[in-house]
Amino acid sequence: MPNRKMLRLFVSMLYISAFTFGGGFVIITLMKRKFVDELKWIEEQEMLDLTALAQSAPGAVAVNAAILLGWRSAGLAGTIAAVIGTVLPPLVILSMISFFYAAFAANPYIALLLRGMQAGIAAVIMDLVCDLIRSILREKSIISSLLLIVSFAAAFFYKADPVYIILVAIIYGILNELIRKLQ
Amino acid sequence: MIYLKLFFSFIQVGLFSIGGGYAAMPLIRSQIVEQRGWLTMAEFMNLITIAEMTPGPITVNAATFTGIRIAGIGGAIAATLGCIFPSLILVSMLAFLYYRCQKFSIIQNMLASLRPAVIALISSAGLSIARTTLLTDKEFSSVSLRLPDAAVFVTAFILLRKLKWNPILTMLLCGFSYLLLHLLVPVLP
Repeated sequence: MPNRKMLRLFVSMLYISAFTFGGGFVIITLMKRKFVDELKWIEEQEMLDLTALAQSAPGAVAVNAAILLGWRSAGLAGTIAAVIGTVLPPLVILSMISFFYAAFAANPYIALLLRGMQAGIAAVIMDLVCDLIRSILREKSIISSLLLIVSFAAAFFYKADPVYIILVAIIYGILNELIRKLQ
Repeated sequence: MIYLKLFFSFIQVGLFSIGGGYAAMPLIRSQIVEQRGWLTMAEFMNLITIAEMTPGPITVNAATFTGIRIAGIGGAIAATLGCIFPSLILVSMLAFLYYRCQKFSIIQNMLASLRPAVIALISSAGLSIARTTLLTDKEFSSVSLRLPDAAVFVTAFILLRKLKWNPILTMLLCGFSYLLLHLLVPVLP
């Protein structure tokens, strides 16, 4: 039943996108919880691959991730359903707010609500981070753990551009394959 | 025609904003404020404030805000379509390649080394958000913990980890309990 799947995709992305404050990795976290853990449409590994693709392509990470997930779930029609679901909430919410943005931006209650949600978002991401790091440690591969530590240090302490971190990891993977072939 | 102008301007924003988020800000400013003069600098600063407070990617928010200022709802739609158009083409191609070539051992190897890097990126983003929310970082004074935020964070973490709560429900609960906490105890920081 492709129509039901598309509707599911559209509604899920609509719901996730309406609550995605604060950048691409927040939506990735919510998408992983929905499509990997809850609906079980794709595997965790595949979600990580899609995240890497979404991050390295131009454009908003959220939109890119929706395109990939839509494509994987229901082809081109799925892509369109997922993208419309992702874009609609910011389009509607911002259209409404743009008419009275001064009042909105200065409202102390809204500021408090958003700050509380920010703390919640931090908890949602850290919860996923615990799962993901555990899955890497379970591989018991020294190389994977080292890649994790080095990439983390580059991103967090040295503020390296994510695109470069992904590029270096890709180059490492290719070299690894070539060395294996030569042996 | 103004819709086409909006569409093509935001195609450039969509095409050149790699890595998303704040990397796109200077690009949007040069397109919208400096080249086209569609927003004043003050309006652009408002846009950033609102984009931070509302859901959605910053490029989509910028497109909607600018479009609606210039040409109403139609403008907002034209600009938004423009900023997602390059992604639709390029990412669909990437998706096609990924599902075609997944089985090759060189791609397998590449993806295997990519996964830890992606987990590191997610961890770094999560820790940065946690740090800015939980710690005050004033100039000339030591870093200190914001107690109400930390309490909300810890409660949310336990709800998610131990009781497997739904993440969006948890986020909403955090927002409202934080608001309620400050209404009941106005002296809180």
